[in-house]
Amino acid sequence: MKIKISPFIYTIIFLIIFFVFYKGLQNSNIYTPNLKMEKNIPSFKAKTFNNDKFISEKIFQKDKFYLLNIWASWCVPCREEHSFLTKLNKEEKIKIIGLNYKDDKKNAKIFLKELSNPYDVILLDEDGTVAIEWGAYGVPESFLIYNNKIVKKIIGPINEELLTEIKILIQ
Amino acid sequence: MRFFKFFIVIFFLVYSNLSNAQDSDLKNEITKNLRCLICQGQSVYDSDSEFANSLKILVEKKLNEGLKEKQIYEYLKSKYGEWILYDPEFNKNTYFLWLLPILMFLIGGAIILKLFIQKKN
Repeated sequence: MKIKISPFIYTIIFLIIFFVFYKGLQNSNIYTPNLKMEKNIPSFKAKTFNNDKFISEKIFQKDKFYLLNIWASWCVPCREEHSFLTKLNKEEKIKIIGLNYKDDKKNAKIFLKELSNPYDVILLDEDGTVAIEWGAYGVPESFLIYNNKIVKKIIGPINEELLTEIKILIQ
Repeated sequence: MRFFKFFIVIFFLVYSNLSNAQDSDLKNEITKNLRCLICQGQSVYDSDSEFANSLKILVEKKLNEGLKEKQIYEYLKSKYGEWILYDPEFNKNTYFLWLLPILMFLIGGAIILKLFIQKKN
């Protein structure tokens, strides 16, 4: 007996498989974080450099610009961006908050002594969990905050171009 | 009485060890289902990067706070998006992914059934 299966079914199966694989080819396998989405700042607790307790709600005020910068003394690109942070610190409209990520306190102090301290407040993130609260995944990373919302997320070191952009945004 | 006290001590020791082991198992299970975003093709469990190590600590903290496995996934999804989960959810982007095996199974089943009926006749 001759087995006959409709060529129509074959065509349909082929088309479905083709469509699925074709769609799959277009998807990127590299993680691309969403930089444009406005998010509320997370609520978190941390210690400052002077071992004071810090609650996020107390420092981030409305109608003010803040730049939360995640840094570490062992991070080479952090050295590169440091001069730009120092320049930004001269702006009166913005406060820079440093989040010292998985660092040795002694090394961090030497780092700041060597390159100057652009931060208004420095928080400690000894185990990296505070950075996760912010949705960060490495150093350096910066978040521009206004009205308790993240208005811009910067992954990687701040450069001249980004500094100009921040300055325009805070005007 | 002495035997009773000894029994209670042993019971608590075994119970606390078992409960720690269960927590650790759950932590491993969760971290195996999380994608290390800065690594290539590694789960958080497999990776030893700073990011993965921090996530492992965070998962442990959240478990100690009493959060359930699903709540931890939801929490991390809110921070990093669905990409952090290895197990994709059923939504408009994953319809095909979830439905294709079922569709293939049904079509295959129909073909076999058809052949079977044809042979019988």
